[in-house]
Amino acid sequence: MDHYNNPRNRRNVLDKTYLKANTRNTNCIDNLDIYMKIEDNIIKDIAFTGEACAISISSASIMTTNLKDKSVSAALNYINNMDNMLNDKDYDPDVLKEAVVYVDNKNTSRKTCCWLPYQGAKDILESTKK
Amino acid sequence: MNRDDFPMLKQDIIYLDNGATSLKPQVVIDKMQEYYEKYSANAHRGDYDISYKVDMEYENARDLVTEFINAKSKEEVVFTSGATDSLNMIATGFFAGLVEAGDEILITATEHASNVLPWFRLANTHGCLVNFIPLDDNLHLTIDNLKKSISPRTKIIALAQITNVVGDVRPIKEIVRIAHENNIFVVVDAAQSIGHMKVDVQDLDVDFLAFSAHKMLGPTGTGVLYGKKELLENLDPINLGGGMNDSFDSPSEIYLKELPTRLEAGTPNIAGVIGLGAAIEYINKIGRDKIREREIQLREYLIDKLIKIPHIDIINLEADSGIVTFNVEGVFSQDVAYYLNKYNICVRAGNHCAKLTKNVTGVTNTLRISLYFYNTETEIDELVELLSDKEKIVSEMI
Repeated sequence: MDHYNNPRNRRNVLDKTYLKANTRNTNCIDNLDIYMKIEDNIIKDIAFTGEACAISISSASIMTTNLKDKSVSAALNYINNMDNMLNDKDYDPDVLKEAVVYVDNKNTSRKTCCWLPYQGAKDILESTKK
Repeated sequence: MNRDDFPMLKQDIIYLDNGATSLKPQVVIDKMQEYYEKYSANAHRGDYDISYKVDMEYENARDLVTEFINAKSKEEVVFTSGATDSLNMIATGFFAGLVEAGDEILITATEHASNVLPWFRLANTHGCLVNFIPLDDNLHLTIDNLKKSISPRTKIIALAQITNVVGDVRPIKEIVRIAHENNIFVVVDAAQSIGHMKVDVQDLDVDFLAFSAHKMLGPTGTGVLYGKKELLENLDPINLGGGMNDSFDSPSEIYLKELPTRLEAGTPNIAGVIGLGAAIEYINKIGRDKIREREIQLREYLIDKLIKIPHIDIINLEADSGIVTFNVEGVFSQDVAYYLNKYNICVRAGNHCAKLTKNVTGVTNTLRISLYFYNTETEIDELVELLSDKEKIVSEMI
């Protein structure tokens, strides 16, 4: 709830050196942009903007907080754990930290709201590997 | 009223999303089940009793639709998969063969996607222009603005009779009169109106009309395309196949059946069509005037209560239908819908398939309540109580 009322890292990024991905849910109206500054394989800065429901916003806030200063591979591991948690596979709660609260959403329509920012981050990180 | 007729209402839910789809009375469900259990054969095919029964029931449904919309003859009533299918058939099957580059199509920003995208496609393939008739401050279409938007190149005016977000009822009869004076065709999307008010195609003098069964107590996957006979004669079937052909020997020798069968290729949704017939009989029994009266009564009751809540912004204060669109100040619409869902209240959040509406309202997404005659004052009271406590909404919305 706190992450919805006072979302961290929610700001517009105009700096063109940041990598950007738009992520949205075609079945509803959530629409987020994720920004990342990656240097030496480390996420030096990460931010998001957009309009979305409380679950997506808080999820993006927690995700960006947890991904900052992580290496690309550690970040992908974090995202992979979230994917596993939401899809009933094995995951490591220690990696996800407070993001484990979204386990309650895995069997509801809000699973996609929670996953939304992660898809954007994943798209950016995978684009750096190519 | 008539709540006992609806099995869905035996559950502990408050259903306020009738603009998306209506609930189905038991008689409709029974009629469809009877087809599958007692005479589940194909239409227009076999020379045996149960197949004959299918023909009788299927064509009886067509008679019911013909009378329901007061078409001149049953040849003007074509069964489709829904309003979307009907509108695409009209745009692609009829107008694609008629329009030329530079012709203009008039719509409004509050149309549903199904009455926008087929025209956008026509614009892309034929070089026509899709222009928007400006709306007034209440997001209503005025005759004055319509007249100003008509140019010598205007060929088509395509409008919803009742829009699905604003809920305004368009003066179709007058619009058609003006359009015809200017040799313009009028296509009406009646998806939101057909189950809620009297629609008389001869009185309105519309050229084409489209609607879906599922928004008028009938089943999903079934709808109607109405067209004046002389126009339907020139509508190219998009689908060719069984049932609609008379004979064929080679590509140059294809002979099609007469209307309306010519436009119903393949085995139709037989149970759906028969179910639509049952829905019409059910609506006729209640009476469309009575349905409309009850809806307006419920709307006024709801508006009177919502307007007193300071954190609620009503988007469509002026509308003559059961549609009420609003937002809770500072709360994302989907979160409010999710909160109401916790109390088994079904409302719609989002842009309601009318993605251009945001350009004129300045509001990207909203909550929509769409009432039907079976809703009650008690249901509205429960909803209003939940909406009146903003702290509760914010603390329970996740």
